[in-house]
Amino acid sequence: MKIVEARGVTKKFMGAKVLDSVTLDIELGEKIAMMGPNGAGKTTLVRAILGFYHLDGGSIRVESYDPTKERVEVLKKIAFIPQLPPPVKLSVSELLTFVERSTGTKKSDVISQADAMELDLKRHKEKPFFKLSGGMKQKLLIAIALARRSRLLVFDEPTANLDPKAREHFYTLLNSLEYEHSSIFITHRLEEVEGLVNRKIYMDLGKVVEDEKV
Amino acid sequence: MKNLSLVAYLDIKESLRARWFYVYAFVFGGLMGLFFISGITDSVVMGFTGLSRLLLVFIQVTIIILPIFILITTVKSISSDRESNVLEYMLSFPISLSEYYWGKLLGRFVTVFFPVIVALFVGVAWGLFKGGQMPWAMIFLYSALIFSICAVFLGIAFLISTMVKSHDIALGLSFTVWIVLLAFIDVALIGLMMQNRVSDEVILTVAMLNPLEAFRIGAIALFDPELTVIGPVAYYLLDSLGHTFLMIYAVVYPILLGVIFALLGYAVFKKRDIL
Repeated sequence: MKIVEARGVTKKFMGAKVLDSVTLDIELGEKIAMMGPNGAGKTTLVRAILGFYHLDGGSIRVESYDPTKERVEVLKKIAFIPQLPPPVKLSVSELLTFVERSTGTKKSDVISQADAMELDLKRHKEKPFFKLSGGMKQKLLIAIALARRSRLLVFDEPTANLDPKAREHFYTLLNSLEYEHSSIFITHRLEEVEGLVNRKIYMDLGKVVEDEKV
Repeated sequence: MKNLSLVAYLDIKESLRARWFYVYAFVFGGLMGLFFISGITDSVVMGFTGLSRLLLVFIQVTIIILPIFILITTVKSISSDRESNVLEYMLSFPISLSEYYWGKLLGRFVTVFFPVIVALFVGVAWGLFKGGQMPWAMIFLYSALIFSICAVFLGIAFLISTMVKSHDIALGLSFTVWIVLLAFIDVALIGLMMQNRVSDEVILTVAMLNPLEAFRIGAIALFDPELTVIGPVAYYLLDSLGHTFLMIYAVVYPILLGVIFALLGYAVFKKRDIL
């Protein structure tokens, strides 16, 4: 079953092609390492899948839904972790309320995922999110994403702020997800996600230049 | 639209912790405090005294500082959310763009409207304490005028925020809008009239299109039905259009304009790339 179907996706910024006729399918169960140099178009492709950009050419479907026209349906199926935790000014408790009300994910599920990463959310629930340490923020974002049980998990350099022990917890949690899902890991260090992926995509200059199953 | 109230509620909670909100509330609260200390309620200027005098001064100062506060703080927080990727993260959840946009606008409206209204009511309470009469008509009109001025400048701020992605350009544009509207209250209009190069109809149209001028006319027409204290353009408008029409116009026009700007902002938000 196809989760993502991208056909000839082209996106330009100020006239320059950042995505150049990208065609890509992601099947349910595929775990993808997406690599490439800076400016290769990895983040732009992920943002296009999330519906942040109107395309200059081609189309994207997420389980047959259009990300810009049917963003709510698309985003119900995707959990996203950004490269750097954004300075969200909501308190931890308010952020969990936002997650619960917008996605239906129970706060208790996020808290137990956070516990598994040795992050005690109850102690920090009144703290503004942006005042948590870099590692704590990243752990919380990971806990939220995993608790959502989405069909597609998108991680943009997910372990950038984590210490080696937290990375281990993260990999263990990912491996222990029991439901069927797909993942995209945007990364510069393949060795970090090598054991987690079954497909490698290499992008450069807005194109997919290498795509192999492992 | 189940998430609209959620976005509005969280925006209010976020604003209540933000530094800009404390400065904003302090400025309007401080103004009232300053008026009490300086004894404005006891002074008589151009025939106005007591509570009327206090509220008149308050509303005159509000004309100048409320718009720039609304424009700068709103534009700043939205554009910095975009630049710091807060928008990217929050909009990666299944929330429709309309829920997010209108929820943010509603939340922001509450946070900019209430400090000013609270300051107004504190002023009224002080005036009553000093032995004044309850000025019902004035309270009602001023509440409506503050509501309408908040609506129009929030509409403008949201339109600017969706059109311009750069933080600096958005701030510069906000400042320019404020200066131009302020200039066309009197300075530029009187200049145009004196030069006699532009017809009276054009000058009146420019004055009528300016929401700040509408606000000012509405605020002063209650005290001075002849509008002799605020200059020739307002006097001319009163003479041509009548007192009742002007009062209704002063309240309704900025609200309508605010709704139009907000709708335009939403159209741009939906049509363009979010990031």
